[in-house]
Amino acid sequence: MKSFYGSELKSQMMLGTAQYPSPAILVSCFEKSKASVATVSLRRESGNLDSGNSFWSIIKKLDVKILPNTAGCHTVKEAVTTAHMAREIFDTKWIKLEVIGEEDTLQPDVFGLVEAAKILSDEGFEVFPYTTEDLVVADKLLNSGCKVLMPWGSPIGSGQGLNNIFGLKALRAHFPDIPMVIDAGIGLPSHATKAMELGFDAVLLNTAIAKAGDPIVMAEAFSHAIISGALGLNADPMEPRDMANPSTPIFGKAFL
Amino acid sequence: MINGKNKNIISVNLTFALDELGYKGKKLATALNGEFVSVQSRDNTNLKEGDKLEVLSPQQGG
Repeated sequence: MKSFYGSELKSQMMLGTAQYPSPAILVSCFEKSKASVATVSLRRESGNLDSGNSFWSIIKKLDVKILPNTAGCHTVKEAVTTAHMAREIFDTKWIKLEVIGEEDTLQPDVFGLVEAAKILSDEGFEVFPYTTEDLVVADKLLNSGCKVLMPWGSPIGSGQGLNNIFGLKALRAHFPDIPMVIDAGIGLPSHATKAMELGFDAVLLNTAIAKAGDPIVMAEAFSHAIISGALGLNADPMEPRDMANPSTPIFGKAFL
Repeated sequence: MINGKNKNIISVNLTFALDELGYKGKKLATALNGEFVSVQSRDNTNLKEGDKLEVLSPQQGG
């Protein structure tokens, strides 16, 4: 498995921490999924409540790496400031960089993304950019200092799976040595399997587990799915054929 | 304005203002008028009327 900024992950699953029915179910989902990374965010804290500390006390007990995000940021300045705040509060150089460009699809503003990635990489951040499958953007992100790419499968929270298999294959083939995570749009375990079969190094998901009817069972399903996809790829799959080819030998068949 | 709401506070210094607002001892990060203010810089940061202070804490994220 490729390392992510020098860190070897114990699994190829990254899991979000939002939208679970309860904190207890969140913890169980992390256990069952065997996720190695938890994504977190920063939001406004009320002086009267203590929601931040309550949430953090749960997350820090999970045996996972922390990946703060800049979710909801629409400008370079917002994203960079949020990254600075996240680095201090979570004590990590890792940042899942999101610069959102369009509300309906939550499609990344790739121009702002490249600009913010350069600023943060120059400041010593280890940037995980949420991007599209665009090869040119990927190249610019790598030239900006990113050593990981996180292309979307489909729009965040849509559950549509991998909408552009051709584009993702091209991206994987073009940058074979770059650790890449499929981030966003995963809805079913089979989507995660497909991502791993395409040669991606990890999958990041949240809604597909948190909003499932039984999140804990779904977490386990995704764990198996990711392992299956990775094992299948490593086992050197057969080439598909257009025509049938009998698996039972013809030789020795009785003449009846 | 603190986290988008108008508030009147007595404290001028950011560290004391956070205490006054009930944030003492909490895990949080601050930004003033869109610029990050580190923990170390809070003692040397003063607030003035019309400032926009953001006080953020760890929360769920995808």
